Amino acid sequence: MSTTVTLGKALNMGLRKAMEDDPKVLLMGEDIGKLGGVFRITDGLQKDFGEDRVIDTPLAESGILGTAVGLAMRGFRPVVEIQFDGFVYPAYDQIVCQVAKLHARSRGRLPMSIVIRIPFGGGIGAVEHHSESPEAYFAHTAGLKVVACSNPVDAYWMIQQAIAHPDPIVFFEPKRRYWEKAELDTEAPPEPLFGSRLVRDGSQVTVLAYGPMVKTALQAASAAEEEGISVEVLDLRTISPLDMGPVLESVRRTGRCVVVHEAPSNLGLGSELSARITEACFYDLEAPVLRVGGYDTPYPPSKLEEDYLPDLDRVLEAVDRSLAY
Amino acid sequence: MSEVPELTDQGFEPNPFGPHHDPIGSDPINADEQNPTEQPVLVQLLTPEGERVEHPDYSIDLSAEELQALYRDLALVRRVDVEATALQRQGELGIWASLLGQEAAQIGAGRALLPDDMAFPTYREHGVAWCRGIDPMSIIGLFRGCDSGAWDPIESKFNLYTIVIGAQTLHAVGYAMGMQRDGGQGACLAFFGDGATSQGDVNEAFIFSAVFDAPVVFFCQNNQYAISEPIEKQTRIPLYRRASGFGFPGIRVDGNDVLAVLAVTRRALEAARSGQGPTLIEAYTYRMGAHTTSDDPSRYRLASEMEAWKLKDPIERLKAYLVRSGQADAAFFEAIEKESDELAARVRRETVEMPDPDPASMFDNTYAEITPYLQEQRDTFLTYQAGFSEERSHA
Repeated sequence: MSTTVTLGKALNMGLRKAMEDDPKVLLMGEDIGKLGGVFRITDGLQKDFGEDRVIDTPLAESGILGTAVGLAMRGFRPVVEIQFDGFVYPAYDQIVCQVAKLHARSRGRLPMSIVIRIPFGGGIGAVEHHSESPEAYFAHTAGLKVVACSNPVDAYWMIQQAIAHPDPIVFFEPKRRYWEKAELDTEAPPEPLFGSRLVRDGSQVTVLAYGPMVKTALQAASAAEEEGISVEVLDLRTISPLDMGPVLESVRRTGRCVVVHEAPSNLGLGSELSARITEACFYDLEAPVLRVGGYDTPYPPSKLEEDYLPDLDRVLEAVDRSLAY
Repeated sequence: MSEVPELTDQGFEPNPFGPHHDPIGSDPINADEQNPTEQPVLVQLLTPEGERVEHPDYSIDLSAEELQALYRDLALVRRVDVEATALQRQGELGIWASLLGQEAAQIGAGRALLPDDMAFPTYREHGVAWCRGIDPMSIIGLFRGCDSGAWDPIESKFNLYTIVIGAQTLHAVGYAMGMQRDGGQGACLAFFGDGATSQGDVNEAFIFSAVFDAPVVFFCQNNQYAISEPIEKQTRIPLYRRASGFGFPGIRVDGNDVLAVLAVTRRALEAARSGQGPTLIEAYTYRMGAHTTSDDPSRYRLASEMEAWKLKDPIERLKAYLVRSGQADAAFFEAIEKESDELAARVRRETVEMPDPDPASMFDNTYAEITPYLQEQRDTFLTYQAGFSEERSHA
């Protein structure tokens, strides 16, 4: 069945389907019950699945993750909502020291099927701590997997696939794209969760993006086309592990690569992608891999975020620099 | 202690230990007697001299065989602990966290557990592990650096040791919330120390358990020290009283009295299993050894303090009671000593013989299924290792 839905609604539908499919799936978080979450992603779910499965928790992120660990040990599949990216840090210890390690420490005996949903990124004019992109912290941690959806169709499928997956997954949702719409066919077969995808063919420069920056990259590719430059765009979708196959295949063809993310460039995903591409495609490269990211400053006050965030023009500027080599 | 202020109308509670807490002079077990409304504050069924006493709220009736079994538990876990400390001194273990002095707290709590219950230890609960049927060698491997604890946490109903202070209390609450949701009959027993009560996670665990009425018992072994910091660096009130602020009962038990700990923990677990929510038990005890073998308590506490606590030794008092009441004879104690020595000898032998782990095993179980990138690293590692000559290889 095909309907037009927003990314936020697609997540809501995906969560509902996951809860219908598996009674062990529980949702936990602040304000996710009656309110349906501050972004309404869990709207109506507590009403239909009850307070035991859609749990309004005390306002304590470490407590949410720590109790999720215990529930996972008991065989449940907790799906945890962190209200905003900048609020995940109180839970960081539980995520890095416990969630990420317990499967290995127990030699596989303790299941850690936990999904940590985090609305991330800026562009919504919010106050501080509400616009951050902390994905690199988690991608750096062995034992965690990290994915980011960029559109309603992926949102619907990826959240279900993440919940069904045995490993703990940090699931980044592009909050400024929650209201983007697309046609969703819930009967169509989904793509694999840990696969990157070519979203626009091109021949001269490969642009890599994920989450909110996929749309920006596609807009930049359209603008470049008007200038006669052919830009290929890949939606990484999985941040850890990286799916390098499609990336390397593309870069070998174009010889040029620009990585775009909102997170600061220093030791961001772009750094790792640049290293991996250089190691694998050294002789195919016509230019160094370039990064377009947030600056290495604290996320600025919202009046400045348009200057901080990568946009169409900054992507195009990097494409031009790459072509100039 | 004249500096200690009186309770005020505002409900302000002064530090009951006083500004210059002297655990010997002030007799900290009974320090709380300043507050008559809280009498009796310390549940005790066996005095330090080994006299059986009654308590109005807690009773226990054990046969001679059951009492002997408790004595055996206490003696064997202490003997293994002493052996492990020696093995560390001889370079066979990287480190050891001794339970010396806390045997009664751990055996009393451990023997209160029923098969459906789940225990969440710190890294010092060797006595509770023993009660859950975990072989000491499964613990030794962790401290030798061979693994992260070789027991099965699901099968043994004894979670892996948790080294991050207090983190496991939240796991216990979550697990207990799971029991509420899947019709489980058990309760969780969460262990932690006096230092951990300052951690956010422990306070969050108190809140979650109270709000969700989770079947969990918080078992705090107040051994007076968080490494070097004495209890007054963590609290102004007796720890068990923290519970009231979170909305559940707290109780202080003589942690060196195995009978009292057993009675109190049984009661609290029963309450949890029957839907009455959490209890905080403060087992008042003393860490007779160092924090770990890397620690040097002579830098921060007096030997005389230790001497005072030796008079409250958890094993000696049960022995005195067994002898005085004629429930065990010399032959029994000789047999236990022989069994202890044999167990220690096995621990020593198996420790020395314990093989190093397979180097490639570090890649195992990072994920449910190894990722392609990690597989690449593993392959590279094996090729690299194979490049060394026979004598340099780890194989």
